[in-house]
Amino acid sequence: MSELSFKDYATDQEVRWCPGCGDYSILKAVQKTLADLKADRANTVFVSGIGCSSRLPYYVDTYGFHTIHGRAPAVATGVKLANPDLDVWVVTGDGDGLSIGGNHLLHALRRNVNLNILLFNNEIYGLTKGQYSPTSRIGTTSPSSPTGSIDAPIHPGVFALGAGASFFARAVDIDQKGLPPVLAAARAHQGAALVEILQNCIVYNKDVFDDVVAKKTAAETQIQVQHGERLIYGTNRNKGLRLNPQTLSLESVILGEDGVSEADILVHDETNPTLAQMLLSLEAPLPAAMGIIHRVDKPAFESSFWDHKPTQRRARVNDLLRRGNLLDRR
Amino acid sequence: MSATPIPEKTSYVVRFAGDSGDGIQLQGQQFTIASAEGGHDLATLPDFPAEIRAPAGTRYGVSAFQIQFGGDDITTPGDEPDVLIALNPAALVVNLPRLRSGATIFVDSDAFNAQRLKRADLSSNPLEDGSLDDYNVIKVAISSLTQETVKPFGMGSKDSLRCKNLWALGLMMWLFDQPREATQKWISAKFGGDAQVRDANLAALNAGHAYGETVELHHQIHPHPTPEADLESREYRTLTGAEALALGLVAAGELADTALMFCSYPITPASSILHTLTGLEDAGVATFQAEDEIAAVCAAIGASYAGKIGVTSSSGPGIALKTEAIGLAVATELPLIIVNSQRAGPSTGMPTKTEQSDLYQAVYGRNGDTPIPVLAARSPADCFDTTIEAVRIALRHMTPVMLLTDGYIANASELWPIPDLDDYDPIAHWKPDADASGNVFDRDAETLARRWAVPGHPSFVHRVGGIEKDIDSGNISYDADNHQAMTDLRRDKVKTVADYLPDQELEAGVYGGLAVVAWGSTWGSVYQAVQACLNEGLAVAHIHLRHINPLPANLAALLAQFDSILVPELNDGQLVTLLRDRVRLDLEQLNQVNGQPLHVATLEERIRHLAPRRIQEASNE
Repeated sequence: MSELSFKDYATDQEVRWCPGCGDYSILKAVQKTLADLKADRANTVFVSGIGCSSRLPYYVDTYGFHTIHGRAPAVATGVKLANPDLDVWVVTGDGDGLSIGGNHLLHALRRNVNLNILLFNNEIYGLTKGQYSPTSRIGTTSPSSPTGSIDAPIHPGVFALGAGASFFARAVDIDQKGLPPVLAAARAHQGAALVEILQNCIVYNKDVFDDVVAKKTAAETQIQVQHGERLIYGTNRNKGLRLNPQTLSLESVILGEDGVSEADILVHDETNPTLAQMLLSLEAPLPAAMGIIHRVDKPAFESSFWDHKPTQRRARVNDLLRRGNLLDRR
Repeated sequence: MSATPIPEKTSYVVRFAGDSGDGIQLQGQQFTIASAEGGHDLATLPDFPAEIRAPAGTRYGVSAFQIQFGGDDITTPGDEPDVLIALNPAALVVNLPRLRSGATIFVDSDAFNAQRLKRADLSSNPLEDGSLDDYNVIKVAISSLTQETVKPFGMGSKDSLRCKNLWALGLMMWLFDQPREATQKWISAKFGGDAQVRDANLAALNAGHAYGETVELHHQIHPHPTPEADLESREYRTLTGAEALALGLVAAGELADTALMFCSYPITPASSILHTLTGLEDAGVATFQAEDEIAAVCAAIGASYAGKIGVTSSSGPGIALKTEAIGLAVATELPLIIVNSQRAGPSTGMPTKTEQSDLYQAVYGRNGDTPIPVLAARSPADCFDTTIEAVRIALRHMTPVMLLTDGYIANASELWPIPDLDDYDPIAHWKPDADASGNVFDRDAETLARRWAVPGHPSFVHRVGGIEKDIDSGNISYDADNHQAMTDLRRDKVKTVADYLPDQELEAGVYGGLAVVAWGSTWGSVYQAVQACLNEGLAVAHIHLRHINPLPANLAALLAQFDSILVPELNDGQLVTLLRDRVRLDLEQLNQVNGQPLHVATLEERIRHLAPRRIQEASNE
């Protein structure tokens, strides 16, 4: 097969997101990932809920199912159980996945259904015109919180760990280099893979992630984690994360200062949920952890769903009808 | 105390009653099996509280099981028990209003002490205060006799009392000359791992039976063998509506040559369908216990989208939660079976009590113009065929179908002539062959179904969803004329279902006088009442609807042949409203919402009031 491009996975439908929306770059990264992996259109299904993000299936030339608000993980679970050979993706957002559909996301992760779940997090409700969402920071002003929101946000990664997720990664919408490999890893993972994508809603929550994703400062405000490698970051790659045994938390240290050497810096272990919890709890001025933060092997739910294939089904069914207390009046 | 013996009859009604922890349901089930083995026709009514182990001795903790059995054509568990066996004072007082005067009551006399009477809110002992003078009361020290029987097996006094249900069962088996072998076998299998418990229970069953044989009860009571029912020569079994429905799903999957996925969330009284279907992957059925009602219907929709027969099952409150998703299945034109085992509402209502009050919900209860076919099963065994019919419609027309049953027929059992699957037509569907190509949204001109093209097929890659779709391409469309066309299409599709239905016929009776039009689980009661009134020479007929939406095409013409029409229902008047809308006739109604099956005597009284005598017919002949 010749090389494929992202265009080979585009439909003829006009994309209807606002100009400049982060969803465009996510769509392109998804299409590129499928092209890079030469994904079989016929065996790929995108299932979404409701919201701006959930329009994505209309634009990807595979099977697609735009369902109802919050329920995509439940529908996708049915699809995957019905045909475990399909490559099933779920597209959701912070409102769809963590508010109205929080329960289904929790259980898809807990059961470890082999789904690739993309959670577009823009910390706002876009399609209903800008109300605060369950990931909005306290004090977010919006049409439904004109004096600032007062409820504490949920952290998608911490939520996922609490649900027993076997895969959690975080990436940035416009990162065309970093996002596709994360998506490919999610697809390769045998189990529920949750990818939180920091997405910029330019109309209702413009640049809300600037403190993390702004290009100029990204090297200082993000740390790209890699399994087996030390947690080093910074413009000059001279900063690292060290465990402070007194506070049982991560702290930033500078290599070469105060006797800090590379050996003091933690090595990322994606199988360690405690480390994942610490990485997800980092707050400025500490960097935000990006990349595959947690990944462990667990049996996928669908692997033991159809225990037995039917053989001689007609005879078996007739036999079932005759189970119980027979009265033979022949 | 009067000592009216039990009259000699060809069928009897017996009611077992006690605490919810006494094993009353087990008693009833074993008596049912014995009755079937004895060659009787039968119908049962388990009647139990929602509390699993309510405080002992309270009125609200009373569990009961009623059975009508014998040589007649039996379709109901009976209005009035001939015999009540009450294991405590609460069971006696709660069930007393159901008995006609002169009925026989067995009581466990050991249970009528001051403490137990107080628990039952009784200020005096009914065995002594004359309140039972109109009944044939037989006092048996069931508790102490049971304890005496099982003592040699080394059981403590508390454990030994757990055998008293089997002791009492043994006595009832003696009274009605029922075979004990099946129960003995069941006990041996159930307690096979614990010889002490097994032997104690066997001893209790046999001791109860022997007590009847040896004790001088004869001035009051003697064995009443009942004749065998006149059954067609074939194999039968007993089964509940829930079991019949589950087997119907298994059979439908095989008839459609398609695997079936049953996705549900536990709810009374629907859960037993889930229990019956587990472990049947080798029969092409898989079960998924979802995190909630919404996830259950959504997973079923996902399964249908991926090419399996998606089924979800619940009761009214759960169906309410599934409503939005059912609309999605309508919009995307996917087959889906939604089973509603109706119970008394509104809200949580009375989970273990029966009702038919979700008809509006089934027919009308969705946002938008969102019609779906609705079917209702009329008896436990009828759940089998009605389920197959529901799956047939869902696959033929690519539509969700609502299948109504209720708590009564879900739990009740009857004798079922076992069918052979080879006698059923295969269930057709329009899944494209592997090398087919075309448009997913091409339509069958007659069924208005679209293709059931599923992921994995290289030529039908498409997107679908809850947003209105273009009638030709399936792409998103906000076009005004297109929405009109799609709404018309969805309406017409459900209408076309009627093209495939057989003509509605009379269950029984004659034209011209009164038609009793009913649906669902009232069938048995209506059947009995109409038979009785026909025998009295009244001009009455029974019409029973399996198809609620759409109605059979000939129904209006059929009903036009009657002078008056009575619609009895276990709700406040729902089918009657639907008929007034769709058939436009002057209709009488009879509504009963007390959590019990339709009372035959009440219906008979109403029929006598409304139906003319068949004089003209006789003179014409």
